[in-house]
Amino acid sequence: MKSKRTGDKIVFWMMRGITYSVVLFIAYILLDILLHGLPAISWEFLTGDPEKSGAEGGIFPAILGTLLLVVGTIAVALPLGMFSAIYLTEYAKQSKFTQTIRMAIVTLAGVPSIVFGLFGLGLFVITLDFGSSILAGSLTLACMILPTIIVASEEALKAVPKYMREGSLALGATKWETIYKNVLPYAMPGMLTGSILGIGRAAGETAPILLTAAAFFLPELPTSVFDQVMALPYHLYILATQHPEAQKILPMQYGTALVLLFLVIGLNFVAIFLRIRVRKKYKW
Amino acid sequence: MNKQRLKAKIIKYFLQSCGSLSIIIILLIFLFLFKEALPFIGSPGLNELFHSIWNPVSFQKEEFGLYPLITGSILVTVLATIIAIPFGIIGAVYISEVATPGEREFLKPFIEILAGIPSVVLGFFGLVVIAPLVKDIFGLNTGLTALTGSILLAFMAIPTIMSISEDAIKSVPSAYKEASLALGASKLETIWKVVVPAALSGIVASVMLGMGRVVGETMTVMMVTGNAPVISMNPFTSVRTMTATIAAEMGEVTFGSHHYMALFWVGIVLMLMTFLLNMVSYRVLKKYGMIDK
Repeated sequence: MKSKRTGDKIVFWMMRGITYSVVLFIAYILLDILLHGLPAISWEFLTGDPEKSGAEGGIFPAILGTLLLVVGTIAVALPLGMFSAIYLTEYAKQSKFTQTIRMAIVTLAGVPSIVFGLFGLGLFVITLDFGSSILAGSLTLACMILPTIIVASEEALKAVPKYMREGSLALGATKWETIYKNVLPYAMPGMLTGSILGIGRAAGETAPILLTAAAFFLPELPTSVFDQVMALPYHLYILATQHPEAQKILPMQYGTALVLLFLVIGLNFVAIFLRIRVRKKYKW
Repeated sequence: MNKQRLKAKIIKYFLQSCGSLSIIIILLIFLFLFKEALPFIGSPGLNELFHSIWNPVSFQKEEFGLYPLITGSILVTVLATIIAIPFGIIGAVYISEVATPGEREFLKPFIEILAGIPSVVLGFFGLVVIAPLVKDIFGLNTGLTALTGSILLAFMAIPTIMSISEDAIKSVPSAYKEASLALGASKLETIWKVVVPAALSGIVASVMLGMGRVVGETMTVMMVTGNAPVISMNPFTSVRTMTATIAAEMGEVTFGSHHYMALFWVGIVLMLMTFLLNMVSYRVLKKYGMIDK
């Protein structure tokens, strides 16, 4: 009996070892990029223009481009995803139509990012003639993160207890008044934090914007939504693989990677932090 | 009263149309993939896709055989899955059955971070850290191989496999566990002989979802697999996946050319592969009540 217990313990330790090796790997990636990236970061790097095709200078246009794409994506995907979730949780009945919507959401979540790129190229860039632009890129990214926002928003809406709705309806409020005044205010923090995760994904994606929005080098900053932009992930990709002196400009690459990682993981941390706070604040 | 009813109706229809947006986007994706790809059937003909040389830019004869790209994707995906399975499943079992609540609070969000690392950053890390390692360990001429890509992709699949397997394990009724323990089985025996088998279909579904992610991954594979369009099942050679082909070549192609259309066919094959993987795992998860109907 005793030897069986020790055997069990050994196996549990092995399982622990395997799980923590994943943790170690993540920590290694983060530390490697942090330690090599930090020396490259300077005020000039963050606010300057790239020089000598990215070998020197800064990455400001790429940071700005990524932020513009993210803002555009949020502006399109957030309201649409939230309305879609409101429909699914508050209005939709069990029907073939609802099931088809759910199936479509799952399918959409599984579409490879490069296929979104092809789709955005075909629809927004060519057919609607937006050209390679902020508009086309944001719309493509918005389609991509829509499922994440819908699913997150649905969960937040479902977490609001039924009696909050029943009380309001019993007092004579209409369905929409109930949703608008008695459900949304409580679900909103959850909807937003869940959506931030999707937004982080949009900021880090390269493949879709490769075909719909990004350029490696632009002499001027964009002035309208129909302009091409530089973007952090694309900038890093070119510096690391296409640049003739890729080995020599390693610090620039690490610096760009760190800024991108900071942006994306920073967003994730904000979401996790908010989630913990919201959970503590609202208890039913 | 009537006005109010009208307003309610308008709101309902508005929300409904937002709700159906996902269906519309899926249909549009298929529509536009086929719209751009279709003229290929007339000339040079669909047959051109079914052979083993991909050489779309050539002065003599352009070749659009998809086989090397498909085998490239399959090789990388299968290897990545084999690497990811032990970590993903054992990790899920550990987190849900063995870890203390405090450990769980730390492990879950930390592994979520892995899912959040942009693929281009992971590819960059692979290029400067993993590829040289692979080169040295196996004594190769270049570290840019299918294996290098698979190692990195495995780590992209692990968070998916872990979190969905964990849900599957959690949904096993605790009565099973209690019965097994009451019959004198140890905790370890209960986990591997009762809990895991009961959750198996959910675990399989999680692996398939992970594979779906890996097949569709673009930037990481493009940066570290060396991009040689050859048919090979040797993990130490360079391969080129479908995703990397589209991403690398679409930028330089003339709109409407045969090459352009061929790339859209690559997209269609890719879309169908992921669609299939996702649908099967969706069915399985739904059957076990892990997705609301």
